[in-house]
Amino acid sequence: MKCAVLFSGGKDSAYAAYLTKKYGHDISCLIAIFSKNPESFMFHTPSISKVEKQAKAMGVPIIIQKTKGVKEKELKDLECAIKKSKDQYGIEAVITGTVESAYQASRVQKICDKLNLDCFNPLWQKDQFELLKDIINNKFEVVITGVFAYPMDESWLGRIIDEDFLKDIKELHKMYKINPAGEGGEFETYVLSCPLFSKKLRIKKKIVTGKRNSWTMEIDVT
Amino acid sequence: MIMIVNICSNNLHYFEFVKPIEDVLIKNNFEFKTRFYKKLKPELITKADKLIISGTSIKDNNFLENLKFFNWIKDFEKPILGICGGMHIIGLTYNGRIKKQQEIGLTKIYFRDEFLGLKENVEVYELHNYCVKSNEFENFAESMNCPQATKHKNKPFFGVLFHPEVRNKNLIVAFGKLK
Repeated sequence: MKCAVLFSGGKDSAYAAYLTKKYGHDISCLIAIFSKNPESFMFHTPSISKVEKQAKAMGVPIIIQKTKGVKEKELKDLECAIKKSKDQYGIEAVITGTVESAYQASRVQKICDKLNLDCFNPLWQKDQFELLKDIINNKFEVVITGVFAYPMDESWLGRIIDEDFLKDIKELHKMYKINPAGEGGEFETYVLSCPLFSKKLRIKKKIVTGKRNSWTMEIDVT
Repeated sequence: MIMIVNICSNNLHYFEFVKPIEDVLIKNNFEFKTRFYKKLKPELITKADKLIISGTSIKDNNFLENLKFFNWIKDFEKPILGICGGMHIIGLTYNGRIKKQQEIGLTKIYFRDEFLGLKENVEVYELHNYCVKSNEFENFAESMNCPQATKHKNKPFFGVLFHPEVRNKNLIVAFGKLK
């Protein structure tokens, strides 16, 4: 089946893309939506150039759609991008990395139904620790690029998702109910390497900004 | 042993419609096996104490053209829980009629009587393009003129149109604990 992956550059959409390929489907293109609204319920894509580099490493084309991030308008923009992927690449299905959000899942389902496309959510309802373990075991190199919840601070920026991270996030989950997969926007990730990439991306520059429990690490990769 | 009958015709849909059911059963220490409906052998059906028939993607109606694979339901006497597409299957086995009705997303429904632990107002997750009505089932909750939760009048067969593996996972646990 020819598929388009809704891609943010983070671990969930990359892992969903990995499963798509693993189970015998073609990734015809990626779709990245850039919302100007940081509070968007739908999209969390950090920067255009960074996802373009990931698409290049995967060897697949990417459709980039900008949106102002106004609630219903951003869904129109998403529909527009999905339609474009259908027209340009003949996709038959859309893949998302949604884990828990019924809001996101149902909106994408409705758009796919309208465009007569199937919709796959291979991480749907997955145990969040299991997801992190799968990412580690399948040799994804994922870096933390943002933290937005107490008690996470700038020391978390630049950390790689590995066994130590898993141990620490388990502790935070136990004590502060931090969602271990970060889907509630607690932290943001960027995939530097995974089995779909032909080469590893490396951080060549980073700029850290923030205060208290809201920190971002802007990175430039090569 | 609980037998999960997977009706997803695409292997990638397993993760969305079957694995979350398996995860609930694992978490609650139920023994189970999962089989694709076309590969379900009679001896496995006989061995099962209970059966759960999964749902599938709204684009996947393959099972509706293959209802002959579910003829065993007529002779089955042990509990069955049909989820969405699984509910369509048990309803159609008992002279139900299918109608087009789409519902996607969270919605509130009202249970007039207790149904596998759910009662009164409950928020449920919907993902369907059709629903099935059968006079041989009693309705416990409805929405958009579709039965949302039904039980066969004479057999321990339960059907839910919503997805309890997404919201209301305890319904699956309650079904697993049925005596």
